[in-house]
Amino acid sequence: MNLKKLKSTEGYKTMANGIWRDHPIFSMVLGICSALAVSNRVDNAIAMSAGVTFVLVATAIIISLLRRMIPIRVRIITFMIVIATFVIIVDKFLKAFFPTISTAIGPYVGLIITNCIIMGRAEAFYIQNNLRLSVLDALSNGFGYAYTLISIAVLRELLGFGTLMGIRVMPEGWTNWVVMSMAPGAFFLLGIFIWLTRTLAKID
Amino acid sequence: MVHLLTIFLAAIFTHNIALTYLLGMCPFISLSRNINTATGMAFAVIFVITLTAAINWPIYHLILVPTGSEIIYYITFIIVIAATVQLVEMIMERFFPVLQSAFGIFLPLITVNCTVLAISLFMVLRDYTYFQTVVFAFGSAVGWMLAIVMIAAINEKLKLIGDIPRGYRGAGIIMIMAGIIALSFLGFAGMVKIQ
Repeated sequence: MNLKKLKSTEGYKTMANGIWRDHPIFSMVLGICSALAVSNRVDNAIAMSAGVTFVLVATAIIISLLRRMIPIRVRIITFMIVIATFVIIVDKFLKAFFPTISTAIGPYVGLIITNCIIMGRAEAFYIQNNLRLSVLDALSNGFGYAYTLISIAVLRELLGFGTLMGIRVMPEGWTNWVVMSMAPGAFFLLGIFIWLTRTLAKID
Repeated sequence: MVHLLTIFLAAIFTHNIALTYLLGMCPFISLSRNINTATGMAFAVIFVITLTAAINWPIYHLILVPTGSEIIYYITFIIVIAATVQLVEMIMERFFPVLQSAFGIFLPLITVNCTVLAISLFMVLRDYTYFQTVVFAFGSAVGWMLAIVMIAAINEKLKLIGDIPRGYRGAGIIMIMAGIIALSFLGFAGMVKIQ
């Protein structure tokens, strides 16, 4: 299959939308809370992205399979219960296998439930599309969320703690730029990230 | 036992829910274009957060803990929040139509405002008593209001100047403003201590 043909398939369009054009964070501005709060260390960011991607894919599978059975009036609460169930799984998994990360990101795991990315994609996409496209959409949105979170986390951990994944990277004389590991650093870096990507993607 | 006033002040200034815990960002970005909208949303948030925290505490400590079913507390909390919002909306429509027209449109949005769920989760994590929970919820909501009204005020002034670089329009500039405000809130650190 040549590239032009590939580019016109629905699957390709769905993936391109999730990763770049309708990117959940800089284009749709969804899921900002967790992107800001959990990006102070790289391992937290990886755990959070994995959790969100898992919940996205699982929700996509359930909602797209049940889409003809869900009454339209109670769809929001249905989404919430499905999402909350998978969030409990993520929470228990982190508590059992990664207890340090689990205490570090504490309530933010539970807040995946109200992460607007999942709710937004379920409402806008999974309720109308088949299983294959929904899973593709979930994977690409999860990836879009993950690369944002991890690239901000790399900068914040490097500047705020002088480490990467807990390993010392900065030279001896480096003094930790503490503000970067706190809330203001998160706001500034995400603001700059949104500016850069929006300028590159030419979104207003 | 932490004093109630300490919890209240900490929730507004040193541990502000928006500027320290970075929660409630979606309405922060979408509803901070003008002060009236921001204030309307903030009053609705104060009301709903205090009410749901006051309902969730007895449900968690008197029903879920004795029956050993803490594992489902996420689902329980989110259903309680959604049901409360729905109920408040119906009561307002029936008995207080004036209030309904003032901030009725914000109510459905509150279900997905992460601050509401976050307050209930913090309540469990920190083992607050009933009164501590209510004071903490009210204080956090007031702190959130302080933050969003400040951002909305700056946004209104910015509209008069209106020369923001392309990529910064909308969400980007709000992030930078929130960063500067959060930086100034660091000045409150040490005023009160919790935990």
